[in-house]
Amino acid sequence: MLQPKPKSNVLEKRAEIIAGLKAVLPERAVIGDDVSLKPYETDGLTAYKQMPLAVVLPEDEAQVVAVMKFCHLHGIRIIPRGAGTSLSGGALPLADAVVIGMMRMNKILDINYADRYAVVQPGVTNIAITQAVQDEEFFYAPDPSSQLACMIGGNVSMNSGGAHCLKYGVTANNLLGLRLVTIEGEVLEIGGKQMDAAGYDWLGLITGSEGQLGVLTEVTVRILHSPEGARAMLAGFASNEVAGACVDAIISSGIIPVALEFMDKPAIHACEDFAHAGYPLDAEALLIIEVEGSETEQTEMLARIRDICAAYNPVSMRVSQTAEESAAIWKGRKGAFGAVGRISPDYLCMDGTIPTSQLPNVLKRMQAMSDEYGLKVANIFHAGDGNLHPLIMFDANDVESFHKAEAFGADILKLCVEVGGCLTGEHGVGIEKRDLMSVQFTPAELDQQRRIKTAFDPDWLLNPSKVFPLSGLSAAA
Amino acid sequence: MMTPDTEEALAAAIRDASGPLLVQGNGTKLSMLRPVQAAAMLSTANLSGITLYAPNELVMSAKAGTRLSEIEKTLAEAGQQMICEPPHIHGENQTIGGIVASNLSGPRRVTGGAIRDHVLGVRAVNGSGEILKFGGRVLKNVTGLDVAKLLTGSFGTLAVMTEVTFKVLPVSEATGTIVLRGLDAEQGVAALSAGLGSPFFVTGAAYLPAERKAFLRIEDFATSVKYRTEKLAGQLSEFGAAEILGTEDSIALWRDIRDCKFLEASEAVWRLSVVPSAGPAILRALAPLGVTGFLDWGGGLVNLTGPADQATHDAVCQAASVAGGTWWLMQAPEPLRAVVDVVPPEPVALAAIRARVQASFDPRGILNPGRLRAA
Ligand SMILES: Cc1cc2nc3c(=O)[nH]c(=O)nc-3n(C[C@H](O)[C@H](O)[C@H](O)COP(=O)(O)OP(=O)(O)OC[C@H]3O[C@@H](n4cnc5c(N)ncnc54)[C@H](O)[C@@H]3O)c2cc1C
Repeated sequence: MLQPKPKSNVLEKRAEIIAGLKAVLPERAVIGDDVSLKPYETDGLTAYKQMPLAVVLPEDEAQVVAVMKFCHLHGIRIIPRGAGTSLSGGALPLADAVVIGMMRMNKILDINYADRYAVVQPGVTNIAITQAVQDEEFFYAPDPSSQLACMIGGNVSMNSGGAHCLKYGVTANNLLGLRLVTIEGEVLEIGGKQMDAAGYDWLGLITGSEGQLGVLTEVTVRILHSPEGARAMLAGFASNEVAGACVDAIISSGIIPVALEFMDKPAIHACEDFAHAGYPLDAEALLIIEVEGSETEQTEMLARIRDICAAYNPVSMRVSQTAEESAAIWKGRKGAFGAVGRISPDYLCMDGTIPTSQLPNVLKRMQAMSDEYGLKVANIFHAGDGNLHPLIMFDANDVESFHKAEAFGADILKLCVEVGGCLTGEHGVGIEKRDLMSVQFTPAELDQQRRIKTAFDPDWLLNPSKVFPLSGLSAAA
Repeated sequence: MMTPDTEEALAAAIRDASGPLLVQGNGTKLSMLRPVQAAAMLSTANLSGITLYAPNELVMSAKAGTRLSEIEKTLAEAGQQMICEPPHIHGENQTIGGIVASNLSGPRRVTGGAIRDHVLGVRAVNGSGEILKFGGRVLKNVTGLDVAKLLTGSFGTLAVMTEVTFKVLPVSEATGTIVLRGLDAEQGVAALSAGLGSPFFVTGAAYLPAERKAFLRIEDFATSVKYRTEKLAGQLSEFGAAEILGTEDSIALWRDIRDCKFLEASEAVWRLSVVPSAGPAILRALAPLGVTGFLDWGGGLVNLTGPADQATHDAVCQAASVAGGTWWLMQAPEPLRAVVDVVPPEPVALAAIRARVQASFDPRGILNPGRLRAA
């Protein structure tokens, strides 16, 4: 992976820079020794590693401002980091960059049930928001599978999704306001606690901007009352094509389940071994469908869905009867990446989105590619919104196998774009897909985005080498 | 007035422009926000037509000049609808481009999201005449910066949208409305808040001060609507006995709420977005000035009308600011709109970034200059 050339004047002054950071921050907030820096050398995309110049762990917004001003003054690059679970290398350091880790800003500042919002610091984990409001039977809707670890600041920066986005939307649809510290150390208040904001939709622009525009120091999210109940059902089919057609039929029937997840055979087996959820091992493809409401509503809606599924000759259909059974079904799904990791310790997780009508076609072509590359692929994804997660299995000890896996992944994403979809549905571009951006965007479209980045960060100090192809970086910086 | 009938021709018109352009669809929103000083007008009216409709994927694309009424008719024929129920306050000629450019949403916004939540992609021409496409037609997309959202609600000041793609929703089998009577604004909003904070998925929550009534809407399969309206009405019994409206009456009622039929005729119209619990105090504070209105979005959308003068406008802005919220001057005679803040002023740091972002799209400053703020 090509990285921008480290600034030699920054590398040379490392000791001075660390001392300078210690002068503006409490001693405990600055990490400069190689042993303590080690955990920050990579993120969820572990194939890439790079030790940073230093790490700072600010405890409040004023300290973030101090770091930004210091780095801006000295032309030092900054990598914002939440929990480091990014699957696209969004938090991968650069040799001449300071990583600004947000994990110590982990307080919940305000919860308001009447107006249905919570104000939290960026280092609060996704699950912690729901945990803080669940006694009142409220929840924060977007639920990435990494929710135990990933932080809301990371979620906002990646515009993360989750299994329940079909009904509740992604992160962008569940935000009201933000505080963002610019590279110059200015604090911007974006949005608020109300629904709409006048003027440009800065909230929308900053969400999903992958740390390119500033460092988030506060997030105001919408919270919702939990449904009366939820129940999942499983439907196994004889082929990917048939299951794909069934997804289409469910969506077009007017029923919008709260979740509609798809697994192909390799994924079914891996997850069943791990979660013992009772997934049908004889099926080629499995749908997990969840509905919400009262007992009667659940029964009625599941009956409608069963009728639809029945037309596609399912090899098995099972409605969960107890809360434990539903939990096991979701344990398998949410632990899917880990489960695949047990069969093949090394895999690349892709994240393209396609129009749902293209599901059967794309799955067929992906299988052909898998045969061609000689690499196995397991498919686990959010079928209701066409967001694919092919997991390409390879052997990290074999360099050629890794390169093949990357090429296979790139081919899948190009296919997604070709059929009317996009490179990434929820994991972000990061470092992984930056060189594919020109598959989806024209040079003029990329330049327009780069100019927006430049408007916020004129010297390109914020998380450089991510999102945009490197050629443009040298042009702009 | 230039009304190009292809995107190419529109791009050429922008490239060839020698000065500021007043950008519009059918011009239904020209009495909103600030007047634009421009010698030439550029309209998307002749870029019209639905270009993609995939009901089974809940997605539609239409050229910017397509009338909202045509879109709604096509959707209705397939049993679908716009998720955010754009208000028809600007008549039947308004275009989809205008709706997206103004980010105007109706009652369902309270749970279903605003138009900005449903725009999946746009094609647009920036101030240099470059044709650009952002987002796409798929429901989940985080590829690059979300420029489609940035253009939504930017009132044609960054780029001229030529085509938009958005998510749509099946029309529910049934609609029910809980009507609670004899409530003052605080009680009304408390009832709305209790409904929105319930497990029953309320998709409309409005309060009419003139009638002292609160309305809560539920949309779903018929049996679900019956169950949930009854159950929720029971839970709201402290607010008095509820009347429950059936599907037809509900649809008519919410159409009127959507279209602000409950606003008295007056010279100026404002729209305020605040935290729901702030709505009642705003109504009360402004009543002595002859400003009246009603609450939607659980109390958080304050629709107001009143006299069109500087003092009244300042009082309205003040009320919104005190509540930490925001405002739009939706309608007023031109002299007033030309001199007041039609949306809240920006802090200095944000204004500098905004100016740079604006220049990054429109370096000559020719697209709707001054529409949102004095240039
Ligand atoms: C097992 C597993 C399952 C996953 N499942 C899902 C899933 O279901 N859905 C999904 O969408 N994603 C999923 N992910 C991806 C990942 O968890 C998300 O992208 C998550 O939002 C990242 O959060 P984080 O706190 O780890 O951020 P990091 O990885 O630390 O950072 C992510 C990006 O955000 C930036 N950033 C972080 N904090 C800030 C801040 N305060 N200010 C500015 N920029 C900041 C970083 O620079 C980086 O570009 C999964 C990952 C794993 C490992």
